[in-house]
Amino acid sequence: MIRFLLNNRVVELDGVAPTLSTLDWLRTKTDLAGTKEGCASGDCGACTVVIGEQQDGELSYKSMNACLLLVGQLNGKHLVTVEGLTVQNTTDALSLEALHPVQRAMVECHGSQCGFCTPGFIMSMFTLYMNHVEYPGEHQVIEQLGGNLCRCTGYRPILAACEQMYQYPRAENHLSAAASDFFALPALPEASLSHQQQQFYLPADLATLTALRSAHPAALLVTGGTDLSLAFTQQLQTADAVISLADVAELKQIDDDRQGLTIGAALSYSQFMPSLLNYFPEATELFSRLGSMQVRNAGSLGGSLGNASPIGDPAPLLLALDAEIQLVSQRGERWLAIADFFLDYRKTQLAEDEVIARIFIPARKPNSKLACYKISKRMEDDISAVCCVIHYQLIDGVMQNVKTGFGGMAAIPKAANQLQDYLEGKALTAAEIEHAAERLTEDFQPMADVRASKDYRMQVSKNLLQRLWLEQSSQLITRVDHAAL
Amino acid sequence: MRHFKMDAQSSGHKVVGKSLKHESAIAQVTGQAQYVDDALIAEQALHAYPAVANQTVGLIKSIDIDAVLAVEGVVTVLTAADIPGKKDIGPVFPGDVLLAEDQLQYHHQPVALVVAESFDIARKAARLIKVEVEADETKPALLDVEQAVAQQDWVRPPFTIKRGDVEQGFAQAPHRLRASMTLGGQEHFYLEGQVAYALPTDDGGVFVKSSTQHPSEVQHLVAEVLGLPFNAVTVEMRRMGGGFGGKETQAAPWAVMAALACKKTARPVKLRLARADDFKLTGKRHPFTNRYDVGFDDQGTIIAADINVTGHCGYSPDLSDAIVDRAMFHSDNAYFYENVTITGQRARLNTVSHTAYRGFGGPQGVMVAEALMDDVARRLGKDPADVRLHNLYREGRDLTPYHQPVEQFVLADMMNMLMTQANYRQRREAITEFNKQSPIIKKGLSITPVKFGISFTVQHLNQAGALVHVYTDGSIHLNHGGTEMGQGLNTKVQQIVAQVFGVSADRVGVSATRTDKVPNTSPTAASSGTDLNGMAALNAAMLIKNRMIDYMVEQLGAEKDSIEFGDNKVSYQDGEISFKALAQQAYMARVSLSANGYYATPKIHFDRNEGKGRPFFYYSHGVALAEVQVDTLTGENSLTHVDIMHDVGNSINPAIDIGQIEGAFIQGMGWLTTEDLQWNERGELASNSPATYKIPAIGDTPKHFKVNLYDSENPEHTVFKSKAVGEPPFMLASSVWCALRDAVASVADYKISPQMNAPATPEEILKAITAVKQQALNNAE
Repeated sequence: MIRFLLNNRVVELDGVAPTLSTLDWLRTKTDLAGTKEGCASGDCGACTVVIGEQQDGELSYKSMNACLLLVGQLNGKHLVTVEGLTVQNTTDALSLEALHPVQRAMVECHGSQCGFCTPGFIMSMFTLYMNHVEYPGEHQVIEQLGGNLCRCTGYRPILAACEQMYQYPRAENHLSAAASDFFALPALPEASLSHQQQQFYLPADLATLTALRSAHPAALLVTGGTDLSLAFTQQLQTADAVISLADVAELKQIDDDRQGLTIGAALSYSQFMPSLLNYFPEATELFSRLGSMQVRNAGSLGGSLGNASPIGDPAPLLLALDAEIQLVSQRGERWLAIADFFLDYRKTQLAEDEVIARIFIPARKPNSKLACYKISKRMEDDISAVCCVIHYQLIDGVMQNVKTGFGGMAAIPKAANQLQDYLEGKALTAAEIEHAAERLTEDFQPMADVRASKDYRMQVSKNLLQRLWLEQSSQLITRVDHAAL
Repeated sequence: MRHFKMDAQSSGHKVVGKSLKHESAIAQVTGQAQYVDDALIAEQALHAYPAVANQTVGLIKSIDIDAVLAVEGVVTVLTAADIPGKKDIGPVFPGDVLLAEDQLQYHHQPVALVVAESFDIARKAARLIKVEVEADETKPALLDVEQAVAQQDWVRPPFTIKRGDVEQGFAQAPHRLRASMTLGGQEHFYLEGQVAYALPTDDGGVFVKSSTQHPSEVQHLVAEVLGLPFNAVTVEMRRMGGGFGGKETQAAPWAVMAALACKKTARPVKLRLARADDFKLTGKRHPFTNRYDVGFDDQGTIIAADINVTGHCGYSPDLSDAIVDRAMFHSDNAYFYENVTITGQRARLNTVSHTAYRGFGGPQGVMVAEALMDDVARRLGKDPADVRLHNLYREGRDLTPYHQPVEQFVLADMMNMLMTQANYRQRREAITEFNKQSPIIKKGLSITPVKFGISFTVQHLNQAGALVHVYTDGSIHLNHGGTEMGQGLNTKVQQIVAQVFGVSADRVGVSATRTDKVPNTSPTAASSGTDLNGMAALNAAMLIKNRMIDYMVEQLGAEKDSIEFGDNKVSYQDGEISFKALAQQAYMARVSLSANGYYATPKIHFDRNEGKGRPFFYYSHGVALAEVQVDTLTGENSLTHVDIMHDVGNSINPAIDIGQIEGAFIQGMGWLTTEDLQWNERGELASNSPATYKIPAIGDTPKHFKVNLYDSENPEHTVFKSKAVGEPPFMLASSVWCALRDAVASVADYKISPQMNAPATPEEILKAITAVKQQALNNAE
């Protein structure tokens, strides 16, 4: 059994498939149909819900895609749906004044046309409202709403509503009493879901996790579900066992010492980004453009690396930062260089009884320079056609310890070794950069796919080196003015 | 046909012209607004899902359903052999197949319908179907439009319109240029995918809830496929989660399939497409390949234009005949071509059949005119804005290529006004200067007009009906033949009826569109929703109002001229009476308080054999000014500033109209920039989900985005002198594409007109930049 708070009522649930999404559960097993299915792949935000979580005594609320969130992951959480924003137990039409300020602003600014994306927008805006007592400015709004697609309005009235919602008297959180009561409950011992022969496991510590992993080598591992859930909603796979890493205490820690940063594999992007970007602010764009807010609130570094996707943006960065990855099993633990972890397309060193536990990023070296570039058709919530990261020390005008990571250029995230070798020890000059760029043709034979042709991938990679040079050597404007940058 | 004239200003009461909120807004923001998939359904309801073939073309040898039937929870599997009536559901011409029987014509074509106890079971079991296909050597998959053109493989015959003599025009013209461009298609990406729910009725009929823009057509097709009379089928549509043309004809197959399964099982059946299947199984905006050959003088006057537009239609006609017609009718956009020939071709390809999409071919035609204006300007070293202004239709130069005279000349005023308001000239200078100083980031600027013809080009569709009841408590029930897909149609019609009766809008209850209330309706399309249904509702309301007036004259001794409806009451020379009391009294005096209204658009006609006539009742106009930035290293780009002036006549609801303009503009921007449909060499749709097909996101909204309504009533007699708004502003986005091309042209000092197709993705832009740089080098040598 699992237990969670749905708006203002406690739900105790068992007997559902471990692969059932929160969206499907809401839409087929409850009478709450306000949460909409637009794509069931985490790309449109129509199913956005808000998840409240208590960690270290602090309650936080974040937006997530209900289509990617497995029901088992709701254990111990507060699930808020669009129906939860107003206290209402009838189907009577509400007056404008009875609406939550978020909803009222959306009505008064004409932010809904067909209305199908609207509940998802309302929930993303509600998250913004809960986390900011004053209008946080357009940049924050766009960051929060980048994963909510609207096909009708062109977004302008929605942006206006995000400002307007702060013009009314601030709404009290009418769910807070229910939330306090719920989070005061002792955790369910050995929470899990069972459905016929199927199981959803929620281990709370690493030892239990590795034991489960050994016992169920065929089980699927899930943290945020932002990638795994597609296997269920798109490929229609099933699973006899799913093990959630999301509640494993050891995997949710971040250690910051002089050697570097150690990031728990189950921490969400939103949770570890501040620490990482504190050391490497140049990587901000890579993360702010990674998926959407809903995806960053759920997805983890362990999940991204474990999937070994050729197009995930964290891996190129970790390659260039010389990161290491810790794999743990009942047999013990081992650390690997990230570069050694990837074997082939979606294949890694991870043994079937192992889990990814931590990622270690060495401390920043003196005079180190980092350039992170992401090229995609759309600026927000799009997968890279090319992701390019270059990291080096610039000492007396000479490049040293040059490390790179490229995404979208090969079957796995990969360093450009020829490029690195060429640049190592060279002066940073226009001519050297131009020569170095030619080495990319030795490093990569990129693929053509729906995101880009092979020629474009190669040409852009070379041109990005030129961007790096211009950024280092001039005051020229090298980026277009876009809200997502 | 009766047309009641109404003046919104006659009393102080004003509902029309106000920015009232969308009638469903509160239900939408609270999650209470119900779409077809939201209502609780019967425990006994079944779920249907189409099973598709994994091949593209060929003769079907066998369809093996054994593995599907073996799945626990599968109730039945239906194939074409199970269809009791018509198997072809072509909306105008035959060719659209409900379930493939003999041959496959596109990848992922449905061949069977799986009916099961749950959505998941039906969807999963459908993947177990095995289709054996024999390849026909003589008919390989046709996926290349050039090949289709070479083979003259059309879904409908080509059609040419002409005026003047182009050959003579070319002979006179001092300059001539030829160019071609391809325009990508566009996925509708309505947030609510295709869905229908069919219930058996106790008299052998079917009741269908369908997310459709065309309930009457769904009714007819369900009846024809099931072999029932039309009166045995009722279709209901309360609201769609977006339509954009994608639910005009192509909502029907899913509703028909649900009805077929319902009839076969005698149980309610729901059919909803998962998003990736919605991508693969429904038609899109037609991709086009356009060629133009223009002759012009030193001022840029277009003396001759020979234009060829080819729509990539997919495997069947669907609506392609009329769509390519509209592309032809709009390849002049707002400009007078002295001598002109326009040919439209309808190429058959082995893809899904492409369909209506906001603008209905118009945008693909307008792009010809806008591309050639830029080309002419670059050739002559002129500012493209001046060449555009110079060629606008004006007195004496006012005849379109299809011989309809243009009668309203507002675009020059609109363009000049917008250029002044948005400082076009200063910005043009500043941008040229900026580009000289900035080697990597280039700015681009463009102003483009839109003239869009309003009316269905198929004449009989230009009619509508409405049903209005006044109840004895003074509350009003409104029903009309149009459908609400977010565009605010119901709100506008509600305002129109409230205005007639002098009551506040909330007294007018909006209800679901139903084929048993208003019959024989047209699709809600061609931007005509309010023009047609608003007028029909106005006529219905006026019939009742006039009966109420007659009652007051006869029974209360009111002087007719003294009667005024307003503020929820009716006043006359001796006093006033509440609207509610009047309704009650009229009822007691046995006055009918229910009426049907009807409307048919006047003046329109078109002779297709001659290529002459007046296909459009009037034109809507707009002007957009866009500024962009382009990264010449990567092709990344950004739309930073947009100013729009748009002509909606007298606005019935300015907030809704502005919402339509902004939304259409951004949707058009998506079509021309990031929305990149790709089919692979097998004919499989490669961009088949929002992970690979990118519509604009919130950060793509320009930082400066200002929309103004042009102050000008419709000179034609439309409802409250308003104009249609749904489609015209879509084409304002041509300014974005032209501005991007302007930025690209700057890399060779604006001397070369870049070859750039749409969508202008970063890759396409970088390709254009590379080509322009190379051409400049070649020219220098």
